[in-house]
Amino acid sequence: MAVTTEHIAAHASRPLPLVQRVTSSTAFAIGLYLLVMGALIYGAYAGAARMGYNWQWYNIPRYIWTYTEDGFQLGELIIGLGMTFVLSISSFLLAVLIGLVMALARLSDLVIGKALSLALLEFLRNMPLLVLVYLFYYVLGPIFGWDRVTSAILCLGVFHGALLSEIFRAGILSVAQGQWEGAKSIGMTKTQSYRYIILPQSVPLMLPPLTGEAVQLVKSSAIVSVIAVAELTTVGRNLISETYMSFEIWFTVAVIYLVITLLMSFGVTALEKRVAHD
Amino acid sequence: MHNTCAHDVFLNRSPGRARRYVNDFVLFYKGRCLRSPRVLKRVKGSGLAGQTVISAKNMDKFYGDFHALKNISIDVAEGERVVICGPSGSGKSTLIRCFNALEHHQGGTLEVRGAEIFEGSKDIHRLRQDVGMVFQQFNLFPHLTVLENLMIGPLKVRRASRAEAESIARKYLDRVHIPEQADKYPRQLSGGQQQRVAIARSLCMESKIILFDEPTSALDPEMINEVLDVMVELAEEGMTMVCVTHEMGFARKVADRMVFMDAGEIVEVAKPETFFTSPRTARCRDFLQKILQH
Repeated sequence: MAVTTEHIAAHASRPLPLVQRVTSSTAFAIGLYLLVMGALIYGAYAGAARMGYNWQWYNIPRYIWTYTEDGFQLGELIIGLGMTFVLSISSFLLAVLIGLVMALARLSDLVIGKALSLALLEFLRNMPLLVLVYLFYYVLGPIFGWDRVTSAILCLGVFHGALLSEIFRAGILSVAQGQWEGAKSIGMTKTQSYRYIILPQSVPLMLPPLTGEAVQLVKSSAIVSVIAVAELTTVGRNLISETYMSFEIWFTVAVIYLVITLLMSFGVTALEKRVAHD
Repeated sequence: MHNTCAHDVFLNRSPGRARRYVNDFVLFYKGRCLRSPRVLKRVKGSGLAGQTVISAKNMDKFYGDFHALKNISIDVAEGERVVICGPSGSGKSTLIRCFNALEHHQGGTLEVRGAEIFEGSKDIHRLRQDVGMVFQQFNLFPHLTVLENLMIGPLKVRRASRAEAESIARKYLDRVHIPEQADKYPRQLSGGQQQRVAIARSLCMESKIILFDEPTSALDPEMINEVLDVMVELAEEGMTMVCVTHEMGFARKVADRMVFMDAGEIVEVAKPETFFTSPRTARCRDFLQKILQH
């Protein structure tokens, strides 16, 4: 039987069955979410109560900030978060630099540049980040005299640089070949073509995945706690060994990471929308 | 068949001297007169007039096993207008892209403005400053306005000042008759306007030679003439031009020499008046019949 426009119209206007209408409503979704979360939290509390866990939430605020006669003071967790920012920002800048160099080397006519870049990419992509951290701190660190913070920044920068190089490469390759020819036809060198014609067109395409990678970097910065860099996760561990409030502190650390990365993710979404509009 | 009436008067066409000829040409198409009679003047050249600026000898090019250019030899003189035609896949575009080193040949030699071009030859970009190119797909820079598209060459390649670059850009935008479009982006222009901007972009580099690679093939029919008009004006000013085109009306009007290519070879080279009326080879006759018969 041929499907006519009347059939389609009739089908579209027919009301959904009651069950479907309920399950696809917003209220149902929120209710379901609250139910699941409630069950989880209740389960955690009930379990903790059975263990006889002594909740000390009232002790947490002092690790965030304190206000005494001496004035306002940042708590240890926030100081740790500051270190996380320092790590993330400096290794991200390093990663952008390394990524760009690797991408350009990969796209160049130099056989050695292509080969080196590809080898480095495959090495870094297929190496557990944890092993890489140990490698940088326990092997390269003593050789080159790096302290733990330097090792951490270099390690994160190199690892994420390799991942960023693929983003840069994709962005550069997505500019039409004709743009290269247009640039060459007015006598531009390769460097001038990149600088004035190719990169200005590819950067807007790279921005959303680039910021996504920045979120990833904030999260993976937690791993350098294994070499005792005093960032958020390390501070959390140290506090627990002093106070034994492991539940409260891990919950707090988790929420802090979540707030930071969610804010960044919202930023990425807004950016993606803007790029899509242009 | 195009109903054409043309009479040419040639005076003293020996190369190396200042030359001048008159070419009255009217093209009737479907009962309308598309082109008024025009006088083409050979501008008295500089000292270079008639000197060979592009010289290809026994050029060969391969794409893998495919023999794209077969033993191509051709010279183009300063101020000369050469039109290359032929069926698609015959190697016309490949040939003129070699002239600009956008492609590289594997056999034979190619000299452009006295410099030999080969894969890996130095300072290709310097040569390209003097050899402009207009592409089928325009290849304008979409992130720059029309004016910026024109200025970026003088500004970044010729290292002119901003004021100089802008005055050059405006001058040539005037020349292609769209001064009012300066602040728009390429995507806001029609195809014909975009192609005229592309021609102006080449002119802004004060190119000595301009290569045209099927400049009107991507255009809607009603926009073809505005681009051809600009090209005819350029020809009148004595620009050295090598055009790959199927616009035979244009070819008849401006070409000093017609080159017919097929299957990677130059099959026939002739002056337009003999090329169109009495082609020597069967392949060329066949081709002309196909494209002139509407």
